[in-house]
Order: sequence, then structure tokens, then C-alpha cells
Amino acid sequence: MTDNRFVNRSELIGILVLAVFLVVVLPLTLDVFRLNLVAKYLTYAFVALGLVICWGYGGILSLGQGVFFGLGGYCMAMFLKLEASSPENTKIQSTPGIPDFMDWNQITSLPYFWQPFHSLTFTIAAIILVPGIFALIIGTAMFKRRVGGTYFAIITQAVAAILTILIVGQQGYTGGINGMTDLRTLKGWDIRPDHAKVLLYFFEVGCLFVCIMIAQFIRHSKLGRILVAMREKEDRVRFSGYSVANFKIFAFCIAAVFAAIGGAMFALQVGFMSPSFVGIVPSIEMVIYTAVGGRLSILGAVYGTLLVNFAKTSLSETFPELWLFGLGGLFIAVVLAFPNGLAGIWGDYVQPRIDRLIPSRKPKPEGWTDSSVADGAPAE
Amino acid sequence: MFGDYSLGDLGSIFVMQGFAGLILFSVYVLMALGLAIIFGQMGVINMAHGEFMILGAYVTWMTSNLFQTYLPSLFSGYFFLAMILAFVASGALGMLVEWVLIRHLYKRPLDTLLATWGLSLILQQAFRSVFGAREVGVDLPQWMLGSLHVSDSIEVPINGVFVMCLTVLITVGVAYVMYKSRWGRQVRAVVQNRIMAGAVGINTEKVDRYTYGLGCGIAGVAGSAFTMIGSTGPTSGQLYIVDTFLVVVFGGAASLLGTIASAFSISQTQSTLEFFMSGSMAKVLTLLAVVGILMLRPQGLFALKVRK
Repeated sequence: MTDNRFVNRSELIGILVLAVFLVVVLPLTLDVFRLNLVAKYLTYAFVALGLVICWGYGGILSLGQGVFFGLGGYCMAMFLKLEASSPENTKIQSTPGIPDFMDWNQITSLPYFWQPFHSLTFTIAAIILVPGIFALIIGTAMFKRRVGGTYFAIITQAVAAILTILIVGQQGYTGGINGMTDLRTLKGWDIRPDHAKVLLYFFEVGCLFVCIMIAQFIRHSKLGRILVAMREKEDRVRFSGYSVANFKIFAFCIAAVFAAIGGAMFALQVGFMSPSFVGIVPSIEMVIYTAVGGRLSILGAVYGTLLVNFAKTSLSETFPELWLFGLGGLFIAVVLAFPNGLAGIWGDYVQPRIDRLIPSRKPKPEGWTDSSVADGAPAE
Repeated sequence: MFGDYSLGDLGSIFVMQGFAGLILFSVYVLMALGLAIIFGQMGVINMAHGEFMILGAYVTWMTSNLFQTYLPSLFSGYFFLAMILAFVASGALGMLVEWVLIRHLYKRPLDTLLATWGLSLILQQAFRSVFGAREVGVDLPQWMLGSLHVSDSIEVPINGVFVMCLTVLITVGVAYVMYKSRWGRQVRAVVQNRIMAGAVGINTEKVDRYTYGLGCGIAGVAGSAFTMIGSTGPTSGQLYIVDTFLVVVFGGAASLLGTIASAFSISQTQSTLEFFMSGSMAKVLTLLAVVGILMLRPQGLFALKVRK
């Protein structure tokens, strides 16, 4: 692996295939309702992508990605909610001009931390910065003291629990368990009709590809290799003079920012945001998307997310009883039998056959199976 | 926040809230004991621990129904049999799970987390299919109802006292097994140095299986005790799992004493705060404090000094 280009040939083909699939095939074959579902699933793909960097490459399992998804989503939702609660729209309230749930909770003026969300520029900055800085604080506190592995997972989980309880408890400021509903326009542009949804879908796919490219770049840069080295033998990297903590913090922050972008897209696309996307259960589900796609595969994360969510929707529509059995079984199967997920299956079974059919210049593309997770565990 | 209460009132409030905290403490200790054994001693993150507890609770519920229908004369003593059955059922399931699932994953602690989470989802759905989604409650025998009258403003419920006594007994039992018995010595030997333990002739795989079984069995007993103070639903276990993990981590993973101390401080803080603010804010503040302390002192309250 000496070439420094950030995509090699087989990866480029993979990205192009995904692009054609998302930009051409899905919009042409699905109706607007289904396309909107795909758009909703793709917002989770951002989280899964971040987890590939943080967990797959860095070996840091965060069970609190829902926190960052939620922070990003709530930032976006606060902006949209303020726009939807203009004095004309809310003149039946006792205090017009504030969001409806505040009025129901006897709050008479807009709280100070809501004020800046009148500005779209501030909101976009907040979507990136708030989760980024939050991740920086958690990461610095944990990694500088060499807390890692299972402890980190448990503490991120606790953070997810805390934030959920806080959002649900502070109903007047956050909308409580119902979340922020009835989001209408973005700078006067109605986000609810079908054509707006389709346009948002394409915008989202564009953002997703930007994130994929960033992930590719990180992976092929020296940074990516240090992450892998750190996962495999942290002490050796430390003794070589690298600041292990800083690299971990960086990976965690990138994952947080990706998750937050996903959350913001979710608020735009689905039109509401609620604490049910913040807590422990959604956070762990987001990890399974990455695990199914293959924790080392950037594109696998996208396919894994789509596959798990489609399975969830169709199974829970037809056999609601079976879905949890299926999801539980999926967790166990992925961990026990396919630690590299879909990408591992592809790399082990499908890719060799294709290579045999089409003789290529490179005998075996690296990247799909560049390290087996099965024995080189990101342990301790 | 203290201004509206007289000194005597405040005293009673602290005693009553302290007692409510002690019941919470009992549940935490019972759950955390099993978890401390599994996580602290074996390094396995058992996300399905809450479901093992709920299994114990359902076993207790079934036993109580059985006694009510067929042996109403012995109903006042059903609980002791139910507890043993709960221990056996959860322990047996735990050993099965260890054999099928966990033993393949000892080298990948983060993956045990995902796999046991999957297991917990399956168990939850199984409970829902078998017992229904509605929460079930156990009928308490006559002698457990009512409360002890300590003073004019202080009353303590008998079932709470019973659960606490039970907690003390089980804790002493576990401490005895872990620190005095031959088997406990083997467990600790395997934890401290697996390879050496194997070399001196300890069957480490067997020890692992029984340790996991014991941890799950204690969770079952915890569930059994839990039915005395609350109702049981398929997802009740999940409510406690994060708290319990925090208790174990906060106490210092390999230390039973630390687990008890941390369960005590967390439950007391929470129940005392609960009186002065909303329940959710009390919980948030408690958890924040725990996470904050853990960031300053990652090894927990009582750290076991092991040369690695």
C-alpha cells in the first residue's frame, strides 16, 4: 500500500456503482413514498460511515452515536421550528411567536439558547460545531486518561441515557417525548411536498458522497494507517512517539460530525425530531448497520444501513413479532459468523468469482479484506 | 430548597427517602453483583443481564400462580422456592448461552456487547410472545404486606425490609463463595492469570461457564426480589441495565466491595435528590456526577491492583 491516491481502481468502481444506484436506479424505480423511506435510511448511513472510521479503523466503539445524531437533528429542528412558529402562524397561542410546545408549558418568552437559531448560518455552524465540540470534550476527558474499549462504550451509553432523560424531562425547552413536530419551511421553501422531498433526497445523496470521499481520504492517508496500527497494537504506536489520544479524539470527532450531519438531514427530510433517535436503543442499532455492512468497509456501511432498514420495515410491517427475533439473530450472526459483514462476504466469495471472469491487472484488490477482525480484535 | 421544612420534617424526609434509596440500593446491588462477576471477573459485557433478571421475575410469577391454584395453604412460603427456581432457570440459561455464544468471543470484549444485545432483543420478544406485553404483578403473601411503624412520621414497608435482608444474605453468600471457597479461588485465579491458572490444572473453560452461570443466576434472584417491589414487563430489564453497568464501573470493576459502595452512593444520591426536584432531573444529575467522577478516576472507587 504505497500509493497515496485516495481511491484505487476497484474502490472507484464501487463508488460509481453506488452513485448510479442511488442517483439513477432508486429514483427511477421507487415511488415518492419509498424514495422518502430510502432518504430516511440514508440519514443513518452518515452515522454508519462515521462508525467505520471510529470503530472499524480506530477500534473505538461508541454506543452514543445517537447523541450526536440527535444534537445535529435538534439544531436543524430548532431552526425549522422557529421558522414554523412565526407570529402569524401561532397567533392563537397565548404568546405568539414561540414554538407551540413552549406555549403549552407556560413559557412566555423564547429561551436565550434558542435565540441564535433564527439564523440559518448559525444553525449550519452549530450542526457541525456543537456535536464536534461535545465529542472533543468527551474524547479528551476519556482518551487522555487512557480510558478505552469497554469502559468507553459504557460511558458513551450513559451519556446517551442522560441526554434522552434530559430532553424528555425538559419538555418546555425541547418538546419532551414528542419531540419537535410540524416543521414546515426552510427559508420560506416548503419542505413537505413531494417535489421538495425528491430534491432533498438528491441533496442528501450529494452530502453522503462528500462524506464518503472524506472517509476515503482519511482511510488512505497516513492518519488512517496510524488508526489501524493503534487498533492493532496501541502501545507500539505510543512508544513510536505518536500521541495516541489525539488520533482517537480526532476519529471520534469525525464520527460525531458525520452523525450530526445525518441527524440534520433527518430533521429536514422527515420533518420532525424526537428523543427516540437519541437514546441507547437507536445508538446500538446504528452500530449494527455498520457491523452488517462490514466494519472496515466505507461503502459497506451504506449498503448495510439500507439493507437492515429495509428488512426492518418489511418485516415489521408483515410480521411484527418476528422482527426483534430477526434483529437479535442478526446481531449474533454478524458477530459470530461474519465479523466483516457484507463487505467480508463480498470480498471472500463474490469478488474472487468476478475476478476469475474478468481478468484484471491487479490479481486481488486490497481494501476489502485488509485485516481480519476475527482474530486481530480491537481489544483492550 | 430546605427553607419550607422544619428540622424534624427534614429528618423524617431524609429517613424516608433514605429508605426508598435503600430499596433501590438493594435492586442495584442484586443486579450489579451478577454483573460484577461477569464483567469484572470475566471481562464480558453482558447486555442481556436485565433479561436474565426478568426471567427470574417471570419464574417467580409463575411459581406464585402455581401455588395460588394448587397449594394455597403453602402460599405464604412460595417465595423461597420461587427464588431457588429463578436461580436455577437463569443460571441454566446463562450456562447455555456461555456455551453457545460467549465462549467464542472471550478475545473480543466489544463483540460480546453486540452479541448479548442481540440476545437481549430475542429474549425480550420471547417474553412478549409467551407472557404477553402487559406487565404482571405478583400477589404478596399476607405477612409481607403492611408496614412497620417506627415513629409518628416514619413508616417502612415490610416487603422493602425483606428485600433488603435478602440482599444482605445474598451478598454475604457471594462474598463467601468468591473469597472463601475453593471454587471462588479458582475463579479469581483464572481472572488474574488465565494461562497460569490453566497450567496448574484448573479447567478454565469449566470455570468460565460456571462463573457466567452464577452471574446470571444471581440476576435471576434479583428478578425474584424485584417482583416484591414492582411489576414485571418484557422490557423492564432494559431500564436498569445502563444504571447497573454504571454501578459496576463506578465501583471498580473487579471489586465486590466497590460495587456495594457505588450502588449505595448512587441510589442514595438519586432518591434524596428525587424529593427536591423532578425524578428525571435527579436521575440526570446523578448520572452526570457518576460520569464526571469516572472521567477523573476511570478505575472506579475501589481499584484492584493487578500487575498486567
